[in-house]
Amino acid sequence: MTAIRYSFGGDEHVFAEIDEEMSLEAFFKGMAICTELQKRRIPGVSEICPSNASYLVRFDPDVIHPDKMLSTLKEIEAELGSADLELPTRIIEIPVFYNDPWTHETLMRFRERHQDTNSTDIEYGARINGYKSVDEFIAAHSGAPWFVSMVGFVAGLPFLFQMVERDKQIEVPKYLRPRTDTPKLTVGHGGCFTAIYSVRGAGGYQLFGITPAPIYDPAQKLPYLRDFMAFFRPGDIVKWKPISREEYDRDIEAVEAGTFDLIIRPVNFSLKSFLADPGGYSRHLVEVLYGH
Amino acid sequence: MAIEVVKPGLATSVQDAGRPGYYNIGIPLSGALDQYAFRAANLLVGNEEGAAALEATLLGPELVFRAAAIVAVTGAEAMPKLNGEERPRNESFAVRIGDRLSFDFMKVGARIYIAVAGGIDVPLVLGSRSTYALGALGGFAGRKLAAGDVLPVGRPRPGARAGRKLAADLVPTYPKSLELRVLPGLYFHRLTDESAQSFFADTWAVAPEADRIGYRYRKGRPLTFRARKQPFGAGSDPSNIVDAGYPYGSIQVPGGLEPIILHRDAVSGGGYAMIGTVISADMDRIAQMQPNNLARFVEVDMEAALKARAEYKSRTARLIASLQ
Repeated sequence: MTAIRYSFGGDEHVFAEIDEEMSLEAFFKGMAICTELQKRRIPGVSEICPSNASYLVRFDPDVIHPDKMLSTLKEIEAELGSADLELPTRIIEIPVFYNDPWTHETLMRFRERHQDTNSTDIEYGARINGYKSVDEFIAAHSGAPWFVSMVGFVAGLPFLFQMVERDKQIEVPKYLRPRTDTPKLTVGHGGCFTAIYSVRGAGGYQLFGITPAPIYDPAQKLPYLRDFMAFFRPGDIVKWKPISREEYDRDIEAVEAGTFDLIIRPVNFSLKSFLADPGGYSRHLVEVLYGH
Repeated sequence: MAIEVVKPGLATSVQDAGRPGYYNIGIPLSGALDQYAFRAANLLVGNEEGAAALEATLLGPELVFRAAAIVAVTGAEAMPKLNGEERPRNESFAVRIGDRLSFDFMKVGARIYIAVAGGIDVPLVLGSRSTYALGALGGFAGRKLAAGDVLPVGRPRPGARAGRKLAADLVPTYPKSLELRVLPGLYFHRLTDESAQSFFADTWAVAPEADRIGYRYRKGRPLTFRARKQPFGAGSDPSNIVDAGYPYGSIQVPGGLEPIILHRDAVSGGGYAMIGTVISADMDRIAQMQPNNLARFVEVDMEAALKARAEYKSRTARLIASLQ
C-alpha cells in the first residue's frame, strides 16, 4: 500500500483513497480512521463513510475550514500508523436460496445484456472461476465468511469481500449493459464483491440467488431491524448458508409472521491473525458463529 | 387541516431541509433540490425556513384544500391558478375551503415549491420529513404523491398572512444556458489531457434522464480515460474504480459518454470514477435546469468555491432578514 491520496470533493467533502486496489488491509485502515474521526465528534462533520479501499467525509466548511479538515485526517492517519488492527464486530448467518426461480426469471429476461447468452449467471460464474460444477461453486461461495466492506449505493445495501487468499477469490465481470430490474434481496456478484440488493431496482451484478432475510425495512418489523431500519454496518462478517426451496418458503412464512430472526454473534476480528492464516482464522470465525 | 391531491403532476414529493447523518449506510441527504426557493416559500407563509413543503417537477399538481390556508409558490416560472384564476408567484396568498390550486407548465426552471402555512405534517423519519423514494422512506408513504392522497398540514404560526412578497432583487432567475463551477479532483487525473480540456470547453445539454438522484448531460465530446492496469476489484472499463463513496455534486462519466452530476437523492457510492464536484453554491441552479438546457463547466479552485459559498449564504441571510 502506498500513502493515502486525499482529494477535495467540492467545498464540502474530503475523499481519501487508501489504495487503488481492494484489500482487507486497505479497508481496515480506512475503517480505523473513520472510527477515530467518529470518536472525536468534530463540529461541522456530518457524514463519515468508510467504503472498500477509501473513505468519504462530508463537512461544513463554514464550521471547519477545508484545510483544517484535511490536516485533521492526516493527523489521524499518522497517529494510527500501522497499529495492530482489531475490530469488535459481529458475525451473522445469512440464508441463501442459490439458483432460485425469481432471479432465474430476471436473468433470462435480460439475457441479451449478458456476456454469455447460453448459460445462467451462476453457471457462467462457476465456469470462469474454474469450478467443475455449480454445486462446487456454491460450496466455495458459502464456505468462507465474507466481510462487509461498504454499505451503500442505495439504502442498506452491503458490499461483501470474500475472506480467502486473493487467488481463491471469486471474480466475475458486471453485465455488459446494466439491467433495469433486479428482485429485492437478490444475492449478486460483480468484480470481487457480492452484494445483497436491499431494494428492487436496476443493477449490473451477476445473479446467484436470493435471501429470504429482509435487510432494510423502514417499518422495522423484524426483531433484528428494531434498532435500526438498515441491518448491515461496515465491518460486519457474513457466513452464507445455502438453503432449499422448502427452507426458503418456511423462512418467508416466518418473515410474514414477524417471527423470522438471524443468528448473530459478537466477535473480535484481528486482521493480523487473519492474514497469518486465512483458512484457519475463517474456521475460527465460523465456530464463533455456531458456538462450538 | 388537510390537502387533497387531485392530480399529482409529474413528480411531486414532500421535502424539507434534508436528512444528514445516514449516508454511510446509503441513505442520502434528500430534501428540496433548490434549497433557496424552498426556504423562500416557507418564509413567505410564516413557516420556519426548513418546514416540509411540496416540490413539483416540470408539471405541477392539482390540489384541493379542505380548509382555509395561506400558500406561497416559488421556484420555476409556472403561474399558479386558484379555481382557474391567476395568483402571483413569490407572494403569499389566501386559499378558502374547497379551493382548487393548479399550475401552468413550467416555462423557465424545472421545480416549484409549494409551501402552506403550518407545513406539510407528515411524520419525522430519522429527523426529516423528506421523501427518499428509492428507499421508500419518509415523506408521504415514502413515495412521490399520487391522486387521492390526503396531506396533513400543521398548525400555522402566528403572523402567517397573505400578501407577503419576495423583494425583486431576491427573486432568482433561471437562465436556459448557464455556467456550473466545478472543483476538479477525485479521479480527474484518470482523464486524458484532451478530455481534461474538452470537458470544460464543450457545451453540455441536460438529458431527459435528470432527476433527484442525478442530472445527466450529453452532446459534449466523449471523454477518454488513461489506459491502465486494472486494479484488483475495480471493473474492467477504464472509467471503473473500486467502488467508493460519491460526494454530493460529484461528476461521474460511465464509459466516458455522458457526465452525471449526483444531487440530493444520490446513490451513495459505486464503481465509476468521479472527475470533480460541482461547488455547493451551484447545486440549486442544477435543480432548475430543464432537459435540453445548456451548461458549461467552469474550473474553479477551493478559494473561489468558498467565496461563492459565502455569497450564497449572504443572499440566504438577506432573504431570511427580509421576511422576518
